[in-house]
Amino acid sequence: MAFFEGKQMTAGYGDGPDIISSCTINANRGEIVAILGPNGAGKSTAMKAMLGLLNLKSGNVILDGKDISSASPQDRVKYGISFVPQTRNVFAELTVRENLEIGGFLRTDGVQKMIDSIYELFPILGEKKSQVVGQLSGGQRQQVALGRALMSEPSVLMLDEPTAGVSPIVMDELFEHIVKVKKTDVAIIMVEQNAKQALNISDRGYVLVTGQNKFEGSGDELLNDPEVRRSFLGG
Amino acid sequence: MDILNALMVLVNFTVIPALAYGSQLALGAIFVTLIYAVLRFANFATGDMMSFGTMFAVLLTYYFQSKGLNFGVLPTALLTIPFAIFMMIAYMLLIDKFVFKYYRIKKSPPVQFAMVSVGVMFVTQAIIRIIIGPTDRRFLDGEKFILKATEFKEMTGLNEGITLKSTQAITIVITLIVVSIMFWFLNKTKTGTSMRAYSDNEDLALLSGIDPKRVVMITWVIAGILATIGGVLYGLDKSYRPFVYFNNMLPIFAAAIVGGIGNPYGAFFGGYVIAFAEIFLTYSYKKFLQYLLPENLSPDTMVQALSTDYKFAISFSILVIVLLIRPSGIFKGKVI
Repeated sequence: MAFFEGKQMTAGYGDGPDIISSCTINANRGEIVAILGPNGAGKSTAMKAMLGLLNLKSGNVILDGKDISSASPQDRVKYGISFVPQTRNVFAELTVRENLEIGGFLRTDGVQKMIDSIYELFPILGEKKSQVVGQLSGGQRQQVALGRALMSEPSVLMLDEPTAGVSPIVMDELFEHIVKVKKTDVAIIMVEQNAKQALNISDRGYVLVTGQNKFEGSGDELLNDPEVRRSFLGG
Repeated sequence: MDILNALMVLVNFTVIPALAYGSQLALGAIFVTLIYAVLRFANFATGDMMSFGTMFAVLLTYYFQSKGLNFGVLPTALLTIPFAIFMMIAYMLLIDKFVFKYYRIKKSPPVQFAMVSVGVMFVTQAIIRIIIGPTDRRFLDGEKFILKATEFKEMTGLNEGITLKSTQAITIVITLIVVSIMFWFLNKTKTGTSMRAYSDNEDLALLSGIDPKRVVMITWVIAGILATIGGVLYGLDKSYRPFVYFNNMLPIFAAAIVGGIGNPYGAFFGGYVIAFAEIFLTYSYKKFLQYLLPENLSPDTMVQALSTDYKFAISFSILVIVLLIRPSGIFKGKVI
């Protein structure tokens, strides 16, 4: 059984129609899993359901063999699930260091050691530690966002379009960082629009269409699958 | 000599009163700004909440005086502040629990919150009138002056003296202490940082495990401390009359908005901006100019830009100008 798994999830917003139905996504530690699909396929919704930001109508979410379907998002943070939203994913008015301190808010053993290891992972953050995050570039902000999420030493990291709105060069850099994070034995689930690049660094991928699993497989399998290529990767 | 005399006139009648008044406004403005930053609404009950806290200080001062307790040369009211703060915080948390919480859970828009706070304002006003009544009360005791004009004249040999009332000195000193502690708390402590984080990005704060209930509670506690201290200092300096506190809301809001609402530094600074503007524009410069100008040019009029009756017009004009020209305020707060 996978370390973190959303099983047969069905969910929607409020009383509206189901956005995802019987959708299953899982990830193991030290693995990058990409969720792909066209606009409106329910990628972000699937991720929100796994985070507890949406109530499941059916199905369940399991972390390390424990059913956490009814836990609040805050409790899931405590259990080791960390999330980087697509927008507004940093505290723009706070300094880099303060962002990291807040990321480690629930730590009881002090934050200094973890902050040092984040600076090691993202050297630029160490250089700019007393700068207000609102003044940083897009790529640097995304590193702050990743750093903040890693401060709680999560076992699962969920990223909602980490490369949205950054230049191709920064995008490559960010993907490199994500691979570095994966090597620290974290399960990473990310929703991505840049499907090709995302699959290149992913161990596995899911393609969702209208809220259901359409294809799944290793990154290479999906990249080479003619049908996936035709419909999502642009030939 | 004449220049010095002119300067003394200015310091005595404008700078010192403006510093004291500015400090009182600053405390109120920080209160407004904190509530705006964390709870995201303009609290129209600000003035009356300050009045509410002060009311306890007044009543307790009378009680202490009747028991023969006093604070030596300092006003007895200072002794009552901790108790008044306690009552104030209890009242605020009660109001939050039974009124604001409901709208917070419903995620009501800020305008609705503001209207709710108007309701709280009326209720608070009514409670105050039931308990202490609407009359003017003086509760200042202890030494009234630190420096009297006559003493100053003797010391320096100038024609004009400087008077420093003890309430003015107490106001300025206490404000600086309270505000410094508050800024230290907001910037250097974990709880303070979590409050700023919550104010900046509520959703991400929740995702980082910050407990919103705790943040809200601490905000009310700090607000209660500021409101009570600001209110008592104002009451000591002028006098305690509930209606005046309601009126003070305009300069207090103007101060918060001039500084940039949501930004405590801005609110602190804004308090002094409003106070100096109000006093400089309503002060009669006749005496000041008499010292500076040759006798034949001496003014016979009051040389006053505006009558003191219009002092609220000054706050109001500043408020409108800032909202038109730079809605985010001097220190880049949030845009209303």
